[in-house]
Amino acid sequence: MIRPFGWNEFLIIVMAAQWTIALSAIAFAGGGIGGLLIALARVSDVRPLRLAALGFIRVFQGTPLLMQLFLVFFGMNIFGLAINPWIAATIALTLHASAFLGEIWRGCIEAVPSGQREAATALGLKYYNRMRYIVLPQAARIAVAPTVGFLVQLIKGTSLAAIIGFTELTRQGQIINNATFSPFMVFGTVAVLYFILCWPLSLLARRMELKFSRATQR
Amino acid sequence: MYEFNFAPVFASFDQLLLGAWLTIRLSCAAMLLGLIVSIICAWGKTAGPSLIRFVINAYIEIIRNTPFLVQIFFIFFGLPSLGLRLSPNSAALLALVVNFGAYGTEIIRAGIESIQKGQVEAGTALGLSKLQVFRYIIMKPALRTVYPSLTSQFIYLMLTSSVVSVISADDLAAAGNDLQSATFASFEVYIVITLMYLALSIGFSAIFAAIEKMAFKYPLSR
Repeated sequence: MIRPFGWNEFLIIVMAAQWTIALSAIAFAGGGIGGLLIALARVSDVRPLRLAALGFIRVFQGTPLLMQLFLVFFGMNIFGLAINPWIAATIALTLHASAFLGEIWRGCIEAVPSGQREAATALGLKYYNRMRYIVLPQAARIAVAPTVGFLVQLIKGTSLAAIIGFTELTRQGQIINNATFSPFMVFGTVAVLYFILCWPLSLLARRMELKFSRATQR
Repeated sequence: MYEFNFAPVFASFDQLLLGAWLTIRLSCAAMLLGLIVSIICAWGKTAGPSLIRFVINAYIEIIRNTPFLVQIFFIFFGLPSLGLRLSPNSAALLALVVNFGAYGTEIIRAGIESIQKGQVEAGTALGLSKLQVFRYIIMKPALRTVYPSLTSQFIYLMLTSSVVSVISADDLAAAGNDLQSATFASFEVYIVITLMYLALSIGFSAIFAAIEKMAFKYPLSR
């Protein structure tokens, strides 16, 4: 039965945005922790650790997110876990975000002048305190704008979870489209909702970037 | 314990190679067409009247702030209701061109803005036409400046193109989907596909590095 695309259908799609937001938030939080570890491993003095982090980044930046989702989704079965789109999407997006944030943050850590680290070492600060109080706070200032920029990419990336059957914004759109068969309205609505989520973040990232480049020019 | 079974995957490897070939062709065609779109839009954005600038800005912001998956659904399922019916492969190409065009415009605009005004003025003073100034004074060094961003955007485009498998275009990921539903060796199929994508991105990076060495041999400044 084909029903028209009305107010109810519109609301169902709008409500589905909460799952997009939830998935993005979890992946961003997980990716933040993973990304920090990857970034620290990338700049560490231990060569194997550096190489392992580099390999991790290369693999995740050199393969499609869709394949990463499929591998986690079907791989869970192999490890004896029940196939669950929620968990699969969360794991895959977290790993994906870890690799990208790790690479972004590595650049930010390396942008902190090496004299800062040397001075901290000369003052007798050990690795943890050196990173915690000297290097990372300065790197964080540089990192904010590109991190917000990546968040936009991550929110858009969560749409691929629809393909493994996770019901978020895009999947809900597909379901409604199958019932109403008005793809122009349905996917138009879905696109507008993504735009409302992403655009403010994009503007924020650009403004911070501009502010930062002005601050460093002086 | 799960037993891996790669035999059926390699038995149909030629199918996967065919898919990979379409992924390569699709990405290259999308990049070439997308580059043309980008250059035109970048010109319009830096030199055009305010209405054109507004339209180009809207295009860039809309594309960059919505997922590619939604864009391709919109093009493949939404456009037919406007009377534009496309085959999966053409819809995939159109979606990739539109998508790459938005990112490419911003990249090339950044390159154009890196050209100092004096260069353009010098070109005009030498009696070059507007098009000649754009072609020789602006575009040539601008493309060199943004070459690294453009190539990484291309790799990203190629990886993104795996999404077109959802509208059953015949790319590498779709070949994987077909093989997966025929053999049920899902994990093995996608491991092989993922490695093929990895090989493609490594291979293209190497090719781009070689092109960079050949094309940009001339020194930056005297």
